[in-house]
Amino acid sequence: MTATSTITTGTPRSKLPPAMVGRRFDWGQPFVYLIALVVAAIAVGPVIYVFLGGFRTTADLNADPAGLPDPWTLQNWAEVLGAPRFWGNVLASVILAAGTTAGVVVVGIMAAFVIARYDFRGREGLYTLFTAGLMFPLTVAALPLTLMLRTMGLHGTYLGVIIPSIAFALPTTIIILVPFLRAIPEELEEAAAIDGTTRIGFFWRILLPLSMPGLVTVGVLAFVGSWNGYLLPLLVISTGTLPQELWPLPLGVTQFSTQYSQDTAAVLAYTSLAMIPALAFFLAAEKRIVGGLQGAVKG
Amino acid sequence: MRQRIEIALLVGPALVLFLGFVILPVLLAAVYSLYNLPPAFRWEHLADPERFVGIANYERAIGNPEFIRAIGNNFVILALSLVIQGPIAIGVALLLNRRMRGRGVLRLMIFVPYVLAEVIAGLSWKLLLQPQGGVNAALEALGLGFLQRNWLADPDIALWTLFAILTWKYVGFAIILMLAGLQGVPEELSEAAAIDGASWWQIQRHITIPLLGPTIRIWAFLSMIGALQLFDMVWVTVAPTVRGMATETMATYMVQQGSFGGQPGFGSAIAVILFLISLTVALVYQRFALRRDLAGSITRGVR
Repeated sequence: MTATSTITTGTPRSKLPPAMVGRRFDWGQPFVYLIALVVAAIAVGPVIYVFLGGFRTTADLNADPAGLPDPWTLQNWAEVLGAPRFWGNVLASVILAAGTTAGVVVVGIMAAFVIARYDFRGREGLYTLFTAGLMFPLTVAALPLTLMLRTMGLHGTYLGVIIPSIAFALPTTIIILVPFLRAIPEELEEAAAIDGTTRIGFFWRILLPLSMPGLVTVGVLAFVGSWNGYLLPLLVISTGTLPQELWPLPLGVTQFSTQYSQDTAAVLAYTSLAMIPALAFFLAAEKRIVGGLQGAVKG
Repeated sequence: MRQRIEIALLVGPALVLFLGFVILPVLLAAVYSLYNLPPAFRWEHLADPERFVGIANYERAIGNPEFIRAIGNNFVILALSLVIQGPIAIGVALLLNRRMRGRGVLRLMIFVPYVLAEVIAGLSWKLLLQPQGGVNAALEALGLGFLQRNWLADPDIALWTLFAILTWKYVGFAIILMLAGLQGVPEELSEAAAIDGASWWQIQRHITIPLLGPTIRIWAFLSMIGALQLFDMVWVTVAPTVRGMATETMATYMVQQGSFGGQPGFGSAIAVILFLISLTVALVYQRFALRRDLAGSITRGVR
């Protein structure tokens, strides 16, 4: 709730030089590297194990669970990548994440624009209303939401996941975007008005390009949230009529692992392949995600 | 006039979505919780006086040892997170807060568990922690075979195993958050203290950690709320029977009873209780710990 607002209202700012408190404690250097190494190993060790396991045969895994692949095999990967099921899962996740992201960005920026740059009664109330949304977690709303979607005929459809996801991403989105839009100087708007632009024209031609960094942050958050989401797909899609080939990844992976629980190597391959999109996306957007965090706590 | 239309058109979609899919369901949860509803819910059921049961669902929840244990588990996870993950994160962040080779790579690696979906991370651990899985095999190979356990299936230790997985998943986020917070701690203070003869430990204890306070308090808040809402990891890693015995949380109990158990009314009552508990924790924490940090940031509203 309110705390998250402080976390996220961080407006972008130039990076401060990191405080290098420990510079003179040279004796500690090897120790620090050791700690760093241990922490890193614990963090990525299991992930590496899963990836390596995907290159082994189930017999090999059963014989020596902690060993290295012997022999290396690409068969698991080939089977997973060769079947339509994995690609169907990926496609579903892409549709859900892209739909949610697009929806959040479009709907969010319009509302944030009004709250940030229009003067009218009830503006503060509107802002408070959206920020209060942080107090209503998806977990609490999930059950009635599924019943609602059922009566609306959206149960078991992608839209049934996308629409609530957009709604639940709106509070953070508006909290991030409003200060962003407000930071754009009044003079720009006046200058645009003198040049004969309407407010909407100002929004399109000036505000939108200037607020790109904020939009990207909001988009990344919405995308990752939707990509990793499980509760909503579990309640809305897994109990519906969509075939499991078209379930989003988190559901698809759990389903696959239950079905093929005897074939550990195949499950490991499926799991590691399911990790790749998130890891790749993170590598690409790392600056945004971590940088956003830093702006946030400093704010 | 034109401005009114603009406002309506621009805010309208967000407002409709928000009221319809965030606020309304939570209100509906409160309504449903007063009814005994069948899984195939229809609106007419709410008009049926025979289905109205008053607070019976709440009484049933409160009087149910399984649910009480679930609440307890949530709070155990919450307390353990604060007491164990917090110090780990602060300690590692303090140690790593220096110029060093490979800092960028290290930061990336620490962040990896946090980036993965909770479900996918959970499944990976489920495979690793099988009786014949990688963890037990590694223990055997290290000569620690006596430590082998059936990690996720033994009700005596399942909750601890679960907590260890959660720590693996979320401590990286905490470390990155603390490192970010440390960048806001001015270097000059520690330098001045060092000149005055303070040891490294004294500097951390009396200067850095207090100045890191706001970051720590925000992290603690996020961690507490996360612990109370915990669902994905428990649902995926622990088999239903063991979960019922040892690791049920409010959210898993809610989904189990409300959705898969076909009792949306009872599940809604659980949701309302979950909401009230989270809200209370949030408000109390805000009142006593966050007030200083938040002064003016939200109460002031827009400009």
